[in-house]
Amino acid sequence: MKRMKRKHAVRMVPYAILAAIGLCFVLPLLWVLVASVDPNAMQTLKMPSRLTGGNYASVLSDSGNQRAFAIGLLMSLGQAVLVVLLALLAAYPLSRYQLKYKKPFMLTVLFMTSLPITAVMVPVYQLFLSLKLYDNVFGVVLFYVASSMPYGIWMLKNFLDAVPADLEEAAWVDGASVFAGIRKVVAPLMVPGICTVAIFTFSGSWGNFFVPYILLQSPGNFPASLKLYQFFGQYGMADYGKLAAFSVMYAMPSIVLYVLSQRFMSKGFGLQGGTKG
Amino acid sequence: MSSIAAAVPGRTRKNRTWIYFLLPSVAIMLLFFVYPILLTFFYSFTNLALTGESAKELKFIGIDNYTHMFKDPTVRTGIWNTIVFLLGSAVIGQQVLGFLIALLMKRKNKTFRRIIGTVVLAGWVTPEIVCALCLYSFFGDEGTLNAILGFVGAKGIAWLYTMPMFTVILANIWHGTAFSMLVFQAALDDVPSEIEEAAVVDGASRWQILIRITIPYIKDSITTNMMLVTLQTLGVFGLIYAMTGGGPGTATTTLPIFMYNQAFVNYQLGYGTAISLLLLLIGIVLSLFYIRSMKS
Repeated sequence: MKRMKRKHAVRMVPYAILAAIGLCFVLPLLWVLVASVDPNAMQTLKMPSRLTGGNYASVLSDSGNQRAFAIGLLMSLGQAVLVVLLALLAAYPLSRYQLKYKKPFMLTVLFMTSLPITAVMVPVYQLFLSLKLYDNVFGVVLFYVASSMPYGIWMLKNFLDAVPADLEEAAWVDGASVFAGIRKVVAPLMVPGICTVAIFTFSGSWGNFFVPYILLQSPGNFPASLKLYQFFGQYGMADYGKLAAFSVMYAMPSIVLYVLSQRFMSKGFGLQGGTKG
Repeated sequence: MSSIAAAVPGRTRKNRTWIYFLLPSVAIMLLFFVYPILLTFFYSFTNLALTGESAKELKFIGIDNYTHMFKDPTVRTGIWNTIVFLLGSAVIGQQVLGFLIALLMKRKNKTFRRIIGTVVLAGWVTPEIVCALCLYSFFGDEGTLNAILGFVGAKGIAWLYTMPMFTVILANIWHGTAFSMLVFQAALDDVPSEIEEAAVVDGASRWQILIRITIPYIKDSITTNMMLVTLQTLGVFGLIYAMTGGGPGTATTTLPIFMYNQAFVNYQLGYGTAISLLLLLIGIVLSLFYIRSMKS
């Protein structure tokens, strides 16, 4: 009897450790959520005396904040669309044709996916000055596209390798052009891959702080990440409620998109539907 | 498979239209990614500056930036801080904690797993500036941690002033652990349960199984994860910058922050570039090892 009890207690140890770890992870997040609806939010986590939507309302009604969110969305969406389009075009021959330098090219691409972007920002800044792209939102988008291109090409090439070539060849025999083949046959089967790349590039730039911090100067051009940092510095000490509300709204797209990407993943990359017909 | 392709005119393997497909992405990568890397090598040997005399005339100064760098005591501090930050938050912190979570979660109650997994993932998915804010307030003088310490009768600590490096390390562990957790969960799922069960039958202890069977079995995942996590951590800027600004003093000035300060606060772009080259070289070496591990 005693032994069984002990065994039971030992079995609970991992649960206790995990629960403690979970608590450490959840507390800082809980603070930002609770503070965002607390009219008198403080630095510490506490029960709000009453709930308010006022923090959100005041953050949302500020035209500067609206602008920052719009610019952030424009930049991240623009980047995601461009990366998917260009990477899909590049991935196609890399997957379908036997190219002479394919292997070294793909290895270079893989190599580039892991290089720290932080290390090239000083020369990129210099390049932007000479190209007159400094403080230009579209310039930042171009840099984002370039920096996530290796990831996009690598991923989409691998996804494309999984789409059977027979399907396309059948379409060609039926008189479709290469482009029509890509658009009508390959692209629909690539939806999970395209969504994965789009979501990860979007979240990457949406959450990025360093790149726009170096390449943009006028507050009117700031995306949400820079605006939040500015907010942090200006009112950080005084207005935790609004700061928390801004943070929650800014973090939301990243979180929602991550959950969505898991949907795509869990559906799997199976192509059964494609090869059955 | 290529028989049909060969039968259709203009779509043979020798077709050159693929050049046009590759052109846009290669061009944009060359201009905004490869060219800046080459510029890094070039500028680091110049006196490039944003203001003053040298801003007008770019001069080659050989390895002056480098001799300056190795004499500069703040560079040494920067390198030391980077090593401490990398070891503490990436190599040890995220890996060990990520592995521990993945290991403990194995074959546990599904709902419980999901709750813990979600909480850890939330820290990873959240943008770094929001992480910085959440942890800044958690470790703040009036923050949640000190409130808890006060509640149990201990005295609060000014975390960001008395132990800033330890605090930013914890912050980065909080932000990054989920990645290692996911990698190790996948790796541990691949360990055949028969091997472990056989070891149990032979009378091996849990610890022995872990050291002798599980860890050797997933050592490739550990190596790959180690390099990826180190590379990610090497470039961390926003999290530290927003929490401490590299301070107090130079206590949390890692190489990226030092590089930023030299290039954009002191306007010494050439010198800043020499420091970024150091970062880049570390990154290149790690990336090469990473590719090697992926190839095999």
